[in-house]
Amino acid sequence: MTPVLSVKPLLAILLALGLPAVLVSSRSANLREAWTFGAAGAMLAVIASMVPAVLGGACLEWTLVSILPGLALQLRVDAFGLLFALVSSSLWIVTTLYSIGYMRGLQEHSQTRYYCFFALSLAAAVGVAFSANLLTLYLFYEMLSFATYPLVTHHQDGEARASGRKYLAYILGASIGLVLPAMLMVHHLAGTLDFTAQGILDGHAGTSQTAALLVMLVFGFAKAGIMPLHAWLPAAMVAPTPVSALLHAVAVVKVGVFSVVRVMSGIFGADFLARLHLGTLVAVVASITIIGASLIALSQDGLKRRLAFSTIGQLSYIVLGAALLSPSGLSGAMLHIAMHAFGKITLFFCAGAIFVATGKKYISEMKGIGWAMPVTMGAFFIGALSVIGLPPCGGFISKWYLLMGTLEADRIALLFVILASSILNAAYFLPIVYQAFFCSPAESRFERRMHEAPRWCVVPPVVTALASVGLFFYPQPFLALARLATGALLGGP
Amino acid sequence: MSVHYPALVVVMPVVAALIIAILAWVHPSRALPVAVAALAAAAGAAAMMLVRVLAHGPFAYHLGGWPPPVGIAYEIDHLNALVLAVMAAVALINLLAVWPQAEQRFAERTVFFYALYLLFCAGTFGILVTGDAFNLFVLLEITSISGYALIGLGRRDAALASLNYVFMGTIGASLYLLGIGYLYLVTGSLNMADMAAILPRIQDSRVVTAAFIICMTGLFMKMALFPLHGWLPNAYSQAAGPVCSLIAPLTTKTMIYVMVRIGLYVFSPQFTFGRLDLARAMVWLAVMAIVFGSLTALAQTNLRRMLCYVVVAEVGYMVGGFWLGTRTAMTGAILHIVNDAAMTLCVFLVVGTIGHQLKSDTFDTLRGAFRRMPWTMAVMVVAGLSLIGVPPTCGFFSKWYLLGGALAAGHWGLAGALVFSSLVNTLLFFRIFEIAYFEPVNTGNYGHAAPLRYAEAPPAMLAPMIAAAMGLIVLGLLTGEIVTRLIAPAIPAAIP
Repeated sequence: MTPVLSVKPLLAILLALGLPAVLVSSRSANLREAWTFGAAGAMLAVIASMVPAVLGGACLEWTLVSILPGLALQLRVDAFGLLFALVSSSLWIVTTLYSIGYMRGLQEHSQTRYYCFFALSLAAAVGVAFSANLLTLYLFYEMLSFATYPLVTHHQDGEARASGRKYLAYILGASIGLVLPAMLMVHHLAGTLDFTAQGILDGHAGTSQTAALLVMLVFGFAKAGIMPLHAWLPAAMVAPTPVSALLHAVAVVKVGVFSVVRVMSGIFGADFLARLHLGTLVAVVASITIIGASLIALSQDGLKRRLAFSTIGQLSYIVLGAALLSPSGLSGAMLHIAMHAFGKITLFFCAGAIFVATGKKYISEMKGIGWAMPVTMGAFFIGALSVIGLPPCGGFISKWYLLMGTLEADRIALLFVILASSILNAAYFLPIVYQAFFCSPAESRFERRMHEAPRWCVVPPVVTALASVGLFFYPQPFLALARLATGALLGGP
Repeated sequence: MSVHYPALVVVMPVVAALIIAILAWVHPSRALPVAVAALAAAAGAAAMMLVRVLAHGPFAYHLGGWPPPVGIAYEIDHLNALVLAVMAAVALINLLAVWPQAEQRFAERTVFFYALYLLFCAGTFGILVTGDAFNLFVLLEITSISGYALIGLGRRDAALASLNYVFMGTIGASLYLLGIGYLYLVTGSLNMADMAAILPRIQDSRVVTAAFIICMTGLFMKMALFPLHGWLPNAYSQAAGPVCSLIAPLTTKTMIYVMVRIGLYVFSPQFTFGRLDLARAMVWLAVMAIVFGSLTALAQTNLRRMLCYVVVAEVGYMVGGFWLGTRTAMTGAILHIVNDAAMTLCVFLVVGTIGHQLKSDTFDTLRGAFRRMPWTMAVMVVAGLSLIGVPPTCGFFSKWYLLGGALAAGHWGLAGALVFSSLVNTLLFFRIFEIAYFEPVNTGNYGHAAPLRYAEAPPAMLAPMIAAAMGLIVLGLLTGEIVTRLIAPAIPAAIP
């Protein structure tokens, strides 16, 4: 990779970071949302404009400020980071569209505050994607923790308060209690915090030290939702649905797994972890989370809670893929960030659309809803297929790579973990769709008459569902970026 | 003119204090411009000295032209140039922020408030620049006595709290004087550089050891190190808001500076950290201070008292970092003097403003504060994040060095205490944010929610406060510069 000096990564972050200043000063709601679209579009354009250069083998760098001797706040765009930034920023536009329908449909209060913190969260998520070292990543990671708090607690009632507490206790407790000391230890041992292709700890730390640091860092990024630090995610579902959709299916939780994968590859190094057999440790933890979360999801009646537990399981696919330390596994992990994002955001959008149109939150109340909301439930079906990992949806591709990865790594047990989880995924998603359409009129809770949510709540899930299908047939540029990133980290797929 | 900066820093506030005392009879309304001008000039001189130290290295100033060790020398080096510049800025920003409050609160006594304020600043600045151990005591007394009087201006029980502080402060200062007296006995000098040259030859003497311990104990009392912190929470929570936001950032931090100065530059690092087993015990005492301060802060229901115990914990940070005796930890301790002064200014300004605007500073008053005082609460958020230690605020970076130093030295106790305190601070501040964000305002309107009354402070008070909050981030981003250009040269090469 040839480093190229470029201000683009900084520009992308500043577009979202500066947005609140404009939003606070704009008086009308239409103007406010127009600005949000403008910033989101500009951000996506800037990020997309970096794709050709990165695919051409360059990595774009920008040093903000040398903050400690030998340690700078530095941005670097490589294939992996760009993949994640591309997913986040493109889905931000769709979510903004959806937010307008949802927030206006429910006449939510404090909408300006909502859009401001949404923009800050996106800036932080893209900042994490573009971080060149662990310190910069930590800075944006914490910024994201704080920026999402007012979104999670948007309703400002007792439930929101309790969830907000839980959210902060898990996220901050883990990041201050585990990541910060681990980061200092890494700096003390290796003398640097830069992410490099081979890792920086090799030769500087013993086996037990490395194992301890790995545990601290993997669990410390609690946004990844690895059990037992997952309980904040179902609690955070009290947030308005667009927040759950973008932040708790895409940006926030993916920042967690992104950080885990980044640390495993850039700080520890795949070779080093393989030599110490520490990949297995992470793989076991991730497998437990995958199966455990899927089983819990089966028993949830709240639709958003079921989606939350599904997310917890799917996040650990990504961790598992990275822990395989094999080329296809790592590619699959990176791809899954994108594919799961499109699938899961569709499901959340649909859950929100159902809530806006009918006020229903529980799956048991949704029998026959397919007749009232056919478009929404159609999108839900496609989203579910993608998350389960069936063709013709994008989720199939990432799951295919993950399965290939288990074979490459010669770990048949993990192959069965993924397959078992896929069956469980089907078991907790497909009955929802089935009951929505196939039930006798007596069982149905809805009249057989179209009653869809407002237009701006229905269009976004259709768009993301179509995108999920589209990604099956044309998984670019995500596939190319994932393969490029894997090549850089493991020396060619 | 430029050669006289070290003297000007001290003389200008003193002269201005005298002018104000006279103006009190003639033109009381002129007092404020005089005070602001004097502090601005002092801050300017401090900044110029910082520039000069950066360009040409340390320099000395002989008061009245008398050479040391006979005369009093003011020695400016990297360490005190840095601390002085920040302290002078803190004093100036605070005055700019609190004068509208002070004029309302003290009414016709405001002129005396200004005079005492300036005397307090003169004493503090003097302590920072002087190179003479006895002169330091004199300036310490000027600071303390004007501090007692300032605290006495406060609430109903302020006189009692101030008296308590007088007792403790006087004992502390006397112990310091006693220690210096012993040193004078064996070295025959009061000049710090002179003493430093003589002491290595006689450091086996018991008198030297006794002098060291007595002197340090006095300083521990003055800096409110656990378990000698008893005076601080009462004195600070009874003091008037405008006084508190001056004394809280300056007093304890200045005393920690003196500890660093005496420990590194009067006694040698080998003596301070090697000769006695004191250092190890001190780190553990600091650990206890951090844990005690954090836990006690959790038990408070009054914003100001909570912050007082946070200050007690923060003193533990710096003491622990210093006595660990490694370069990284020492860097953290010195950096934290600067950062903590700025953070403490910020939080106490916010608390003073809330107390002034909402007439109380219990947690209950804070309900709905985000709507009533959005800008003030925004400053509170920045200051809170800095005290928790979130980048890019300055609090993160001093914690980075302190924690890094503790981990590198393998001192798990201190490392654990620092992480614990960060977590407790998270709890403390998010509890406040939560109350201010969620709680419906209890208006006593038979349980019916009344519309929130907007109670934001006037721009004259807000602007300096916002500047202070920005300062926290600027200081954080400047950490690299501060550490490499100021703190690294300030730490003696003997420290590993």
